[in-house]
Amino acid sequence: MKPAETNRVSADEQAAQRFLEAERAERGGVATAAQSGHNDWAPLPRRSRPKQPSALLTIRKPIPRRTKLTLNILSFAVPLLVWILLSATEAVDPKMLPSPLAALSAGWDLAQSGKLFTDWWATVGRILYGFGLAVVVSVPIGMAMGTFAAGRAFFEPIMSLLRYLPPSALIPLMMIWLGVDEVLKIGVLFIGTVFYNTFMTADVVRSVPPQLVNVSYTLGARRNEVLRKVIVPHSLPGMIDAVRVNMAAAWNLVVVAEVIASTTGLGRGIVQAQRFNSVDEIFAMLFVIGVSGVLIDVALRLLRDRVGRWAA
Amino acid sequence: MSSGLLEIEGVSKRFAVRGGTINALDGIDLTVSRGDFVCVCGASGSGKSTLLSLVAGLDSPSDGRITVDGNAVVGPGPDRGLVPQAGSLYPWRTVERNVAFGLELLPVDSAERARRVDWYLAETGLTALRKSLPRQLSGGQQQRVAIARALACEPEVLLLDEPFGALDVQTKEDMQVLIRQVWRDTGTTVLMVTHDVEEAVFLGSRVVVMESGPGRVASDITVELPADRDLAIKRTPEFLALRATIEDLVRAQHRKVS
Repeated sequence: MKPAETNRVSADEQAAQRFLEAERAERGGVATAAQSGHNDWAPLPRRSRPKQPSALLTIRKPIPRRTKLTLNILSFAVPLLVWILLSATEAVDPKMLPSPLAALSAGWDLAQSGKLFTDWWATVGRILYGFGLAVVVSVPIGMAMGTFAAGRAFFEPIMSLLRYLPPSALIPLMMIWLGVDEVLKIGVLFIGTVFYNTFMTADVVRSVPPQLVNVSYTLGARRNEVLRKVIVPHSLPGMIDAVRVNMAAAWNLVVVAEVIASTTGLGRGIVQAQRFNSVDEIFAMLFVIGVSGVLIDVALRLLRDRVGRWAA
Repeated sequence: MSSGLLEIEGVSKRFAVRGGTINALDGIDLTVSRGDFVCVCGASGSGKSTLLSLVAGLDSPSDGRITVDGNAVVGPGPDRGLVPQAGSLYPWRTVERNVAFGLELLPVDSAERARRVDWYLAETGLTALRKSLPRQLSGGQQQRVAIARALACEPEVLLLDEPFGALDVQTKEDMQVLIRQVWRDTGTTVLMVTHDVEEAVFLGSRVVVMESGPGRVASDITVELPADRDLAIKRTPEFLALRATIEDLVRAQHRKVS
Protein backbone atom coordinates (compact mmCIF):
# COMPACT_ATOMS: atom_id res chain seq x y z
CA MET A 1 0.00 0.00 0.00
CA LYS A 2 1.17 3.50 -0.68
CA PRO A 3 2.63 5.34 2.29
CA ALA A 4 0.04 8.08 1.89
CA GLU A 5 -2.69 5.60 2.70
CA THR A 6 -1.15 3.54 5.46
CA ASN A 7 -0.58 6.41 7.83
CA ARG A 8 -3.78 8.23 7.13
CA VAL A 9 -6.26 7.62 9.90
CA SER A 10 -9.86 8.36 9.05
CA ALA A 11 -11.67 11.13 10.91
CA ASP A 12 -14.02 8.42 12.08
CA GLU A 13 -11.20 6.46 13.65
CA GLN A 14 -9.78 9.56 15.29
CA ALA A 15 -13.12 10.37 16.86
CA ALA A 16 -13.47 6.76 17.99
CA GLN A 17 -9.98 6.89 19.44
CA ARG A 18 -10.81 9.95 21.50
CA PHE A 19 -13.97 8.29 22.69
CA LEU A 20 -12.14 5.10 23.69
CA GLU A 21 -9.42 7.02 25.49
CA ALA A 22 -11.98 8.88 27.53
CA GLU A 23 -13.65 5.61 28.39
CA ARG A 24 -10.39 3.92 29.32
CA ALA A 25 -9.44 6.79 31.58
CA GLU A 26 -12.81 6.26 33.16
CA ARG A 27 -12.31 2.55 33.66
CA GLY A 28 -8.77 2.99 34.93
CA GLY A 29 -10.49 3.07 38.28
CA VAL A 30 -9.18 4.29 41.60
CA ALA A 31 -10.11 1.33 43.79
CA THR A 32 -6.99 0.05 45.58
CA ALA A 33 -6.65 -1.99 48.75
CA ALA A 34 -4.82 -0.64 51.79
CA GLN A 35 -1.18 -1.79 51.93
CA SER A 36 1.27 -2.07 54.81
CA GLY A 37 5.03 -2.50 54.90
CA HIS A 38 5.99 1.02 53.90
CA ASN A 39 7.31 1.81 57.39
CA ASP A 40 10.21 -0.64 57.67
CA TRP A 41 12.11 0.63 54.60
CA ALA A 42 15.55 2.15 55.08
CA PRO A 43 15.52 5.80 54.00
CA LEU A 44 16.51 6.32 50.35
CA PRO A 45 20.18 7.39 50.02
CA ARG A 46 20.53 11.07 49.08
CA ARG A 47 23.10 12.44 46.65
CA SER A 48 25.19 15.45 47.55
CA ARG A 49 24.08 18.71 45.94
CA PRO A 50 25.69 19.27 42.52
CA LYS A 51 27.93 22.30 42.36
CA GLN A 52 26.43 25.33 40.65
CA PRO A 53 27.43 25.27 36.96
CA SER A 54 28.82 28.36 35.24
CA ALA A 55 26.16 30.77 34.00
CA LEU A 56 27.35 30.16 30.44
CA LEU A 57 26.80 26.43 30.58
CA THR A 58 23.48 26.07 32.33
CA ILE A 59 21.08 24.09 30.16
CA ARG A 60 18.60 26.32 28.33
CA LYS A 61 19.24 29.45 30.37
CA PRO A 62 19.53 32.80 28.64
CA ILE A 63 22.89 34.61 28.91
CA PRO A 64 23.42 38.36 29.49
CA ARG A 65 23.18 40.61 26.42
CA ARG A 66 26.80 41.70 26.63
CA THR A 67 28.06 38.13 26.87
CA LYS A 68 25.93 37.18 23.88
CA LEU A 69 27.29 40.06 21.81
CA THR A 70 30.87 39.24 22.78
CA LEU A 71 30.40 35.60 21.77
CA ASN A 72 28.80 36.71 18.48
CA ILE A 73 31.83 38.83 17.69
CA LEU A 74 34.25 36.10 18.75
CA SER A 75 32.47 33.73 16.40
CA PHE A 76 33.99 35.74 13.53
CA ALA A 77 37.09 36.99 15.32
CA VAL A 78 38.53 33.61 16.27
CA PRO A 79 38.64 32.10 12.75
CA LEU A 80 39.91 35.43 11.40
CA LEU A 81 42.69 35.46 13.98
CA VAL A 82 43.66 31.87 13.13
CA TRP A 83 43.71 32.87 9.46
CA ILE A 84 45.91 35.91 10.16
CA LEU A 85 48.29 33.83 12.27
CA LEU A 86 48.57 31.06 9.69
CA SER A 87 49.30 33.48 6.86
CA ALA A 88 51.54 35.90 8.80
CA THR A 89 53.77 33.12 10.08
CA GLU A 90 53.63 31.51 6.62
CA ALA A 91 52.87 28.23 8.33
CA VAL A 92 50.89 27.53 5.19
CA ASP A 93 52.23 28.33 1.73
CA PRO A 94 50.82 31.77 0.71
CA LYS A 95 49.96 30.25 -2.68
CA MET A 96 47.55 27.98 -0.85
CA LEU A 97 46.32 30.40 1.77
CA PRO A 98 46.45 34.10 0.97
CA SER A 99 46.52 36.63 3.79
CA PRO A 100 43.23 38.34 4.59
CA LEU A 101 44.65 41.54 3.11
CA ALA A 102 45.57 39.81 -0.15
CA ALA A 103 42.05 38.35 -0.39
CA LEU A 104 40.59 41.77 0.33
CA SER A 105 42.66 43.49 -2.32
CA ALA A 106 41.86 40.77 -4.86
CA GLY A 107 38.21 41.31 -4.08
CA TRP A 108 38.66 45.07 -4.47
CA ASP A 109 40.28 44.61 -7.87
CA LEU A 110 37.49 42.28 -8.98
CA ALA A 111 34.92 44.79 -7.81
CA GLN A 112 36.74 47.66 -9.58
CA SER A 113 36.82 45.81 -12.88
CA GLY A 114 33.04 45.27 -12.57
CA LYS A 115 33.51 41.52 -13.00
CA LEU A 116 32.43 40.77 -9.44
CA PHE A 117 29.11 42.55 -9.84
CA THR A 118 28.44 40.98 -13.24
CA ASP A 119 29.08 37.51 -11.84
CA TRP A 120 27.09 38.22 -8.73
CA TRP A 121 24.13 39.49 -10.70
CA ALA A 122 24.25 36.50 -13.06
CA THR A 123 24.07 34.17 -10.07
CA VAL A 124 21.33 36.12 -8.31
CA GLY A 125 19.30 36.33 -11.52
CA ARG A 126 19.40 32.55 -11.89
CA ILE A 127 18.17 32.15 -8.34
CA LEU A 128 15.34 34.58 -8.97
CA TYR A 129 14.23 32.63 -12.03
CA GLY A 130 14.94 29.06 -10.99
CA PHE A 131 13.99 29.19 -7.34
CA GLY A 132 11.23 31.70 -8.03
CA LEU A 133 9.69 29.24 -10.48
CA ALA A 134 10.04 26.46 -7.92
CA VAL A 135 8.18 28.55 -5.33
CA VAL A 136 5.42 29.44 -7.80
CA VAL A 137 4.91 25.76 -8.60
CA SER A 138 5.43 24.26 -5.15
CA VAL A 139 3.19 26.53 -3.09
CA PRO A 140 -0.10 25.64 -4.85
CA ILE A 141 0.78 21.94 -4.98
CA GLY A 142 1.85 21.97 -1.34
CA MET A 143 -1.38 23.70 -0.38
CA ALA A 144 -3.39 21.12 -2.29
CA MET A 145 -1.49 18.33 -0.51
CA GLY A 146 -1.95 19.90 2.90
CA THR A 147 -5.61 20.74 2.45
CA PHE A 148 -7.21 17.96 0.44
CA ALA A 149 -6.79 14.26 1.08
CA ALA A 150 -7.19 13.82 -2.69
CA GLY A 151 -4.33 16.25 -3.34
CA ARG A 152 -2.10 14.34 -0.99
CA ALA A 153 -3.06 10.95 -2.41
CA PHE A 154 -2.26 12.14 -5.92
CA PHE A 155 0.93 14.14 -5.46
CA GLU A 156 2.67 12.55 -2.50
CA PRO A 157 3.68 9.13 -3.91
CA ILE A 158 5.42 10.43 -7.03
CA MET A 159 6.92 13.42 -5.26
CA SER A 160 8.39 11.32 -2.45
CA LEU A 161 10.22 9.34 -5.11
CA LEU A 162 11.42 12.33 -7.15
CA ARG A 163 12.60 14.06 -4.00
CA TYR A 164 15.34 11.46 -3.58
CA LEU A 165 16.88 12.01 -6.99
CA PRO A 166 19.92 14.20 -6.27
CA PRO A 167 19.96 17.21 -8.60
CA SER A 168 23.70 16.72 -9.19
CA ALA A 169 22.93 13.28 -10.60
CA LEU A 170 20.36 14.81 -12.92
CA ILE A 171 22.73 17.40 -14.35
CA PRO A 172 24.09 15.14 -17.16
CA LEU A 173 20.55 14.28 -18.24
CA MET A 174 19.53 17.88 -18.08
CA MET A 175 22.53 18.88 -20.17
CA ILE A 176 21.29 16.53 -22.88
CA TRP A 177 17.76 17.87 -22.64
CA LEU A 178 18.36 21.53 -21.98
CA GLY A 179 21.83 22.21 -23.39
CA VAL A 180 24.39 24.12 -21.35
CA ASP A 181 22.76 27.55 -21.46
CA GLU A 182 20.78 29.52 -18.90
CA VAL A 183 17.91 27.03 -19.06
CA LEU A 184 20.19 24.36 -17.59
CA LYS A 185 21.03 26.38 -14.50
CA ILE A 186 17.42 27.38 -14.01
CA GLY A 187 16.34 23.78 -14.53
CA VAL A 188 18.83 22.44 -11.97
CA LEU A 189 17.72 25.03 -9.43
CA PHE A 190 14.08 24.23 -10.07
CA ILE A 191 14.46 20.45 -9.80
CA GLY A 192 16.66 20.78 -6.75
CA THR A 193 14.26 22.88 -4.71
CA VAL A 194 10.72 22.31 -5.96
CA PHE A 195 10.08 18.99 -4.21
CA TYR A 196 11.41 20.04 -0.84
CA ASN A 197 9.50 23.27 -0.92
CA THR A 198 6.33 21.37 -1.84
CA PHE A 199 6.66 18.99 1.08
CA MET A 200 7.52 21.70 3.55
CA THR A 201 4.59 23.83 2.38
CA ALA A 202 2.29 20.82 2.69
CA ASP A 203 3.46 20.22 6.26
CA VAL A 204 2.91 23.84 7.20
CA VAL A 205 -0.59 23.80 5.72
CA ARG A 206 -1.40 20.51 7.42
CA SER A 207 -0.48 22.00 10.77
CA VAL A 208 -3.43 24.42 10.69
CA PRO A 209 -5.43 23.22 13.73
CA PRO A 210 -8.55 21.31 12.57
CA GLN A 211 -10.46 23.12 15.29
CA LEU A 212 -9.81 26.45 13.57
CA VAL A 213 -11.24 25.07 10.35
CA ASN A 214 -14.27 23.59 12.11
CA VAL A 215 -15.07 26.74 14.03
CA SER A 216 -14.82 28.76 10.81
CA TYR A 217 -17.53 26.64 9.22
CA THR A 218 -19.78 27.27 12.23
CA LEU A 219 -19.19 31.01 11.73
CA GLY A 220 -20.55 30.69 8.23
CA ALA A 221 -17.36 30.41 6.17
CA ARG A 222 -17.59 28.48 2.89
CA ARG A 223 -14.82 26.22 1.65
CA ASN A 224 -13.02 28.87 -0.38
CA GLU A 225 -13.33 31.34 2.49
CA VAL A 226 -11.79 28.83 4.90
CA LEU A 227 -8.92 28.47 2.44
CA ARG A 228 -8.47 32.20 1.90
CA LYS A 229 -9.21 33.56 5.34
CA VAL A 230 -7.98 30.77 7.60
CA ILE A 231 -5.56 28.34 5.98
CA VAL A 232 -3.53 30.87 3.98
CA PRO A 233 -3.00 33.45 6.75
CA HIS A 234 -2.22 30.73 9.29
CA SER A 235 0.33 29.12 6.96
CA LEU A 236 2.03 32.24 5.63
CA PRO A 237 4.85 32.56 8.21
CA GLY A 238 5.65 28.86 7.94
CA MET A 239 5.73 29.08 4.15
CA ILE A 240 8.23 31.92 4.34
CA ASP A 241 10.32 29.76 6.67
CA ALA A 242 10.26 26.97 4.10
CA VAL A 243 11.42 29.42 1.43
CA ARG A 244 14.26 30.52 3.72
CA VAL A 245 15.51 26.99 4.21
CA ASN A 246 15.29 26.13 0.53
CA MET A 247 16.89 29.42 -0.48
CA ALA A 248 20.08 28.13 1.17
CA ALA A 249 19.83 25.00 -0.97
CA ALA A 250 19.28 27.20 -4.04
CA TRP A 251 22.55 29.05 -3.39
CA ASN A 252 24.41 25.77 -3.14
CA LEU A 253 22.88 24.40 -6.32
CA VAL A 254 23.38 27.45 -8.49
CA VAL A 255 27.08 27.54 -7.72
CA VAL A 256 27.40 23.81 -8.43
CA ALA A 257 25.66 24.29 -11.76
CA GLU A 258 27.91 27.24 -12.60
CA VAL A 259 31.05 25.30 -11.72
CA ILE A 260 29.98 22.56 -14.13
CA ALA A 261 28.85 24.63 -17.09
CA SER A 262 28.69 28.37 -17.33
CA THR A 263 30.34 31.46 -18.76
CA THR A 264 29.16 33.82 -16.02
CA GLY A 265 28.35 33.68 -12.34
CA LEU A 266 30.27 33.38 -9.11
CA GLY A 267 30.72 29.62 -9.53
CA ARG A 268 32.23 30.20 -12.95
CA GLY A 269 34.44 32.95 -11.51
CA ILE A 270 35.82 30.51 -8.97
CA VAL A 271 36.64 27.94 -11.64
CA GLN A 272 38.43 30.62 -13.69
CA ALA A 273 40.42 31.79 -10.68
CA GLN A 274 41.43 28.20 -10.03
CA ARG A 275 42.89 27.96 -13.55
CA PHE A 276 45.15 30.88 -12.76
CA ASN A 277 45.85 29.60 -9.26
CA SER A 278 44.44 32.86 -7.87
CA VAL A 279 43.57 31.56 -4.43
CA ASP A 280 43.04 35.14 -3.22
CA GLU A 281 40.28 35.64 -5.82
CA ILE A 282 38.65 32.36 -4.83
CA PHE A 283 38.59 33.54 -1.24
CA ALA A 284 37.09 36.88 -2.25
CA MET A 285 34.30 35.21 -4.21
CA LEU A 286 33.56 32.65 -1.50
CA PHE A 287 33.21 35.54 0.87
CA VAL A 288 30.73 37.28 -1.44
CA ILE A 289 28.68 34.07 -1.74
CA GLY A 290 28.57 33.69 2.03
CA VAL A 291 27.62 37.28 2.73
CA SER A 292 24.94 37.34 0.01
CA GLY A 293 23.38 34.22 1.46
CA VAL A 294 23.31 35.66 4.96
CA LEU A 295 21.82 38.94 3.74
CA ILE A 296 19.02 37.17 1.88
CA ASP A 297 18.36 35.02 4.94
CA VAL A 298 18.17 38.06 7.19
CA ALA A 299 15.81 39.81 4.76
CA LEU A 300 13.51 36.78 4.66
CA ARG A 301 13.62 36.48 8.42
CA LEU A 302 12.58 40.11 8.81
CA LEU A 303 9.72 39.52 6.38
CA ARG A 304 8.69 36.42 8.31
CA ASP A 305 8.77 38.23 11.63
CA ARG A 306 6.65 40.98 10.16
CA VAL A 307 4.08 38.65 8.65
CA GLY A 308 4.13 36.32 11.66
CA ARG A 309 4.11 38.90 14.41
CA TRP A 310 1.01 37.22 15.82
CA ALA A 311 2.84 33.93 16.35
CA ALA A 312 5.75 35.32 18.40
CA MET B 1 -45.12 19.42 13.89
CA SER B 2 -42.03 20.24 15.88
CA SER B 3 -42.44 21.84 19.26
CA GLY B 4 -38.82 22.83 19.84
CA LEU B 5 -36.20 24.94 18.11
CA LEU B 6 -33.63 22.16 18.23
CA GLU B 7 -34.94 18.64 17.81
CA ILE B 8 -32.75 15.58 18.23
CA GLU B 9 -34.73 12.48 17.28
CA GLY B 10 -33.45 8.94 17.75
CA VAL B 11 -29.87 9.94 17.11
CA SER B 12 -27.21 7.23 17.30
CA LYS B 13 -23.54 7.41 16.51
CA ARG B 14 -21.38 4.39 15.93
CA PHE B 15 -17.68 4.50 15.23
CA ALA B 16 -16.19 1.74 13.13
CA VAL B 17 -12.90 0.53 14.55
CA ARG B 18 -10.74 -2.47 13.93
CA GLY B 19 -12.57 -5.45 15.38
CA GLY B 20 -16.03 -3.97 15.68
CA THR B 21 -18.01 -0.86 16.34
CA ILE B 22 -18.43 1.46 19.30
CA ASN B 23 -21.83 2.77 20.20
CA ALA B 24 -21.03 6.30 21.32
CA LEU B 25 -24.63 7.44 21.24
CA ASP B 26 -27.70 5.24 21.17
CA GLY B 27 -31.14 6.63 20.41
CA ILE B 28 -30.88 10.12 21.82
CA ASP B 29 -34.12 12.13 21.94
CA LEU B 30 -33.82 15.71 23.06
CA THR B 31 -35.82 18.85 22.38
CA VAL B 32 -34.56 22.33 23.14
CA SER B 33 -37.10 25.17 23.05
CA ARG B 34 -36.28 28.66 21.90
CA GLY B 35 -34.60 30.64 24.67
CA ASP B 36 -33.72 27.54 26.71
CA PHE B 37 -30.37 27.03 28.42
CA VAL B 38 -29.80 23.29 28.40
CA CYS B 39 -26.74 21.78 30.06
CA VAL B 40 -25.72 18.25 29.12
CA CYS B 41 -23.87 16.58 31.95
CA GLY B 42 -22.20 13.22 32.10
CA ALA B 43 -19.04 11.34 32.88
CA SER B 44 -16.40 11.20 30.18
CA GLY B 45 -17.24 8.52 27.70
CA SER B 46 -20.93 9.32 27.79
CA GLY B 47 -20.74 10.79 24.31
CA LYS B 48 -21.83 14.27 25.31
CA SER B 49 -19.18 15.98 23.20
CA THR B 50 -19.98 13.66 20.31
CA LEU B 51 -23.59 14.79 20.59
CA LEU B 52 -22.55 18.42 20.40
CA SER B 53 -20.40 17.88 17.31
CA LEU B 54 -23.38 16.17 15.65
CA VAL B 55 -25.58 19.20 16.40
CA ALA B 56 -22.80 21.47 15.11
CA GLY B 57 -22.82 19.41 11.91
CA LEU B 58 -19.11 18.60 12.15
CA ASP B 59 -20.00 14.92 12.11
CA SER B 60 -23.13 13.12 10.98
CA PRO B 61 -25.27 10.70 12.99
CA SER B 62 -25.39 7.04 12.07
CA ASP B 63 -29.16 7.04 12.67
CA GLY B 64 -31.84 9.56 13.49
CA ARG B 65 -32.14 13.21 12.62
CA ILE B 66 -31.40 16.63 13.99
CA THR B 67 -33.36 19.71 13.00
CA VAL B 68 -32.97 23.37 13.86
CA ASP B 69 -36.12 25.42 13.35
CA GLY B 70 -37.45 22.62 11.18
CA ASN B 71 -34.40 22.43 8.91
CA ALA B 72 -32.38 19.23 8.94
CA VAL B 73 -28.76 19.65 9.97
CA VAL B 74 -26.53 18.51 7.13
CA GLY B 75 -23.31 20.35 7.93
CA PRO B 76 -21.88 23.13 10.02
CA GLY B 77 -23.40 26.60 9.67
CA PRO B 78 -23.70 29.99 11.34
CA ASP B 79 -27.11 29.12 12.79
CA ARG B 80 -25.23 26.90 15.27
CA GLY B 81 -22.32 28.91 16.68
CA LEU B 82 -19.72 26.80 18.44
CA VAL B 83 -17.43 27.69 21.35
CA PRO B 84 -14.84 24.92 21.91
CA GLN B 85 -12.91 24.42 25.13
CA ALA B 86 -9.86 26.47 24.12
CA GLY B 87 -7.61 27.55 21.30
CA SER B 88 -10.19 28.36 18.68
CA LEU B 89 -9.30 32.02 18.02
CA TYR B 90 -7.58 33.23 14.87
CA PRO B 91 -4.15 34.10 16.30
CA TRP B 92 -3.34 36.65 13.58
CA ARG B 93 -6.54 38.62 14.11
CA THR B 94 -7.03 41.15 16.87
CA VAL B 95 -9.89 40.68 19.32
CA GLU B 96 -12.25 42.90 17.32
CA ARG B 97 -11.35 41.27 14.03
CA ASN B 98 -11.92 37.84 15.56
CA VAL B 99 -15.39 38.95 16.61
CA ALA B 100 -15.98 40.45 13.16
CA PHE B 101 -15.05 37.23 11.29
CA GLY B 102 -18.57 35.94 10.69
CA LEU B 103 -19.94 39.39 9.89
CA GLU B 104 -17.24 39.94 7.25
CA LEU B 105 -18.72 37.03 5.31
CA LEU B 106 -22.15 38.63 5.15
CA PRO B 107 -23.40 41.53 3.03
CA VAL B 108 -23.28 43.91 5.99
CA ASP B 109 -21.74 47.37 5.55
CA SER B 110 -18.79 48.30 7.70
CA ALA B 111 -20.67 50.77 9.89
CA GLU B 112 -23.28 48.17 10.78
CA ARG B 113 -20.55 45.60 11.34
CA ALA B 114 -18.65 47.97 13.66
CA ARG B 115 -21.84 48.73 15.59
CA ARG B 116 -22.50 45.06 16.21
CA VAL B 117 -18.89 44.24 17.04
CA ASP B 118 -18.87 47.12 19.54
CA TRP B 119 -22.00 45.79 21.20
CA TYR B 120 -20.64 42.27 21.64
CA LEU B 121 -17.27 43.55 22.82
CA ALA B 122 -19.01 45.65 25.47
CA GLU B 123 -21.30 42.76 26.41
CA THR B 124 -18.34 40.46 27.05
CA GLY B 125 -16.20 43.17 28.68
CA LEU B 126 -13.59 43.21 25.93
CA THR B 127 -13.80 46.82 24.74
CA ALA B 128 -10.45 47.77 26.27
CA LEU B 129 -8.78 44.73 24.71
CA ARG B 130 -10.17 45.15 21.21
CA LYS B 131 -6.78 45.77 19.58
CA SER B 132 -5.00 42.94 21.41
CA LEU B 133 -3.88 39.71 19.77
CA PRO B 134 -5.12 36.39 21.22
CA ARG B 135 -1.68 35.46 22.55
CA GLN B 136 -1.76 38.58 24.74
CA LEU B 137 -4.98 37.44 26.45
CA SER B 138 -5.59 35.18 29.43
CA GLY B 139 -7.55 31.96 28.99
CA GLY B 140 -10.74 33.55 30.28
CA GLN B 141 -10.41 36.56 27.99
CA GLN B 142 -9.85 34.24 25.03
CA GLN B 143 -13.04 32.36 25.80
CA ARG B 144 -14.93 35.64 26.01
CA VAL B 145 -13.71 36.47 22.51
CA ALA B 146 -14.85 33.06 21.28
CA ILE B 147 -18.29 33.62 22.82
CA ALA B 148 -18.60 37.14 21.37
CA ARG B 149 -17.49 35.88 17.97
CA ALA B 150 -20.09 33.10 17.92
CA LEU B 151 -22.87 35.42 19.16
CA ALA B 152 -22.08 38.09 16.56
CA CYS B 153 -23.43 35.73 13.90
CA GLU B 154 -26.75 35.62 15.80
CA PRO B 155 -26.96 31.83 15.92
CA GLU B 156 -30.25 30.08 16.52
CA VAL B 157 -28.42 27.91 19.04
CA LEU B 158 -25.15 28.66 20.80
CA LEU B 159 -23.18 25.44 21.32
CA LEU B 160 -20.75 25.47 24.23
CA ASP B 161 -18.35 22.51 24.48
CA GLU B 162 -16.91 22.60 28.00
CA PRO B 163 -16.05 26.24 27.35
CA PHE B 164 -14.71 26.87 30.86
CA GLY B 165 -13.08 23.48 31.37
CA ALA B 166 -9.55 24.84 30.99
CA LEU B 167 -10.00 27.83 33.32
CA ASP B 168 -9.13 28.28 36.98
CA VAL B 169 -12.01 28.19 39.46
CA GLN B 170 -12.28 31.96 40.01
CA THR B 171 -12.17 32.80 36.30
CA LYS B 172 -14.66 30.05 35.67
CA GLU B 173 -17.17 31.60 38.08
CA ASP B 174 -16.72 35.01 36.47
CA MET B 175 -17.41 33.40 33.11
CA GLN B 176 -20.49 31.64 34.43
CA VAL B 177 -21.94 34.95 35.59
CA LEU B 178 -21.00 36.48 32.24
CA ILE B 179 -22.54 33.79 30.07
CA ARG B 180 -25.77 33.94 32.09
CA GLN B 181 -25.86 37.70 31.63
CA VAL B 182 -25.25 37.35 27.90
CA TRP B 183 -27.94 34.69 27.64
CA ARG B 184 -30.48 36.95 29.30
CA ASP B 185 -29.47 40.05 27.28
CA THR B 186 -29.52 38.34 23.90
CA GLY B 187 -32.31 35.83 24.47
CA THR B 188 -30.25 33.25 22.62
CA THR B 189 -30.74 29.51 22.97
CA VAL B 190 -27.84 27.63 24.55
CA LEU B 191 -26.84 23.98 24.48
CA MET B 192 -23.86 23.44 26.72
CA VAL B 193 -21.81 20.35 27.46
CA THR B 194 -20.03 20.18 30.81
CA HIS B 195 -18.83 17.61 33.31
CA ASP B 196 -19.19 20.14 36.13
CA VAL B 197 -22.55 19.54 37.81
CA GLU B 198 -22.42 22.74 39.84
CA GLU B 199 -21.89 24.71 36.66
CA ALA B 200 -24.76 22.90 34.95
CA VAL B 201 -27.18 23.63 37.79
CA PHE B 202 -26.10 27.26 38.07
CA LEU B 203 -26.38 27.98 34.36
CA GLY B 204 -29.06 25.70 33.03
CA SER B 205 -32.78 26.04 32.90
CA ARG B 206 -32.58 22.29 32.26
CA VAL B 207 -29.92 19.72 33.02
CA VAL B 208 -29.73 16.56 30.93
CA VAL B 209 -27.73 13.70 32.45
CA MET B 210 -26.16 11.28 30.00
CA GLU B 211 -25.80 7.57 30.58
CA SER B 212 -22.49 6.00 29.58
CA GLY B 213 -21.66 3.13 27.25
CA PRO B 214 -23.70 3.46 25.08
CA GLY B 215 -24.58 7.13 25.50
CA ARG B 216 -28.24 7.64 26.28
CA VAL B 217 -30.27 10.27 28.07
CA ALA B 218 -30.50 9.10 31.69
CA SER B 219 -32.58 11.97 33.08
CA ASP B 220 -33.81 15.38 32.09
CA ILE B 221 -34.25 17.74 35.02
CA THR B 222 -35.82 21.18 35.01
CA VAL B 223 -33.92 23.56 37.25
CA GLU B 224 -36.49 25.24 39.48
CA LEU B 225 -34.36 28.13 40.59
CA PRO B 226 -35.08 31.84 40.12
CA ALA B 227 -34.06 33.17 36.71
CA ASP B 228 -32.26 35.99 38.45
CA ARG B 229 -29.27 34.09 39.85
CA ASP B 230 -25.94 35.22 41.19
CA LEU B 231 -23.08 33.19 42.63
CA ALA B 232 -24.60 33.36 46.12
CA ILE B 233 -27.31 30.96 45.00
CA LYS B 234 -24.70 28.21 44.94
CA ARG B 235 -24.86 28.14 48.76
CA THR B 236 -28.64 27.92 49.09
CA PRO B 237 -30.21 24.63 50.26
CA GLU B 238 -32.33 24.38 47.07
CA PHE B 239 -29.24 24.66 44.90
CA LEU B 240 -27.23 22.22 46.99
CA ALA B 241 -30.06 19.68 47.03
CA LEU B 242 -30.46 19.78 43.27
CA ARG B 243 -26.72 19.61 42.79
CA ALA B 244 -26.50 16.55 45.06
CA THR B 245 -29.33 14.79 43.21
CA ILE B 246 -27.66 15.31 39.85
CA GLU B 247 -24.21 14.41 41.15
CA ASP B 248 -25.61 11.11 42.37
CA LEU B 249 -27.06 10.45 38.94
CA VAL B 250 -23.77 11.20 37.22
CA ARG B 251 -21.81 9.13 39.74
CA ALA B 252 -24.14 6.18 39.26
CA GLN B 253 -23.35 6.27 35.53
CA HIS B 254 -19.67 6.60 36.25
CA ARG B 255 -19.75 3.53 38.58
CA LYS B 256 -21.58 1.51 36.00
CA VAL B 257 -18.65 1.59 33.65
CA SER B 258 -15.73 1.44 36.12
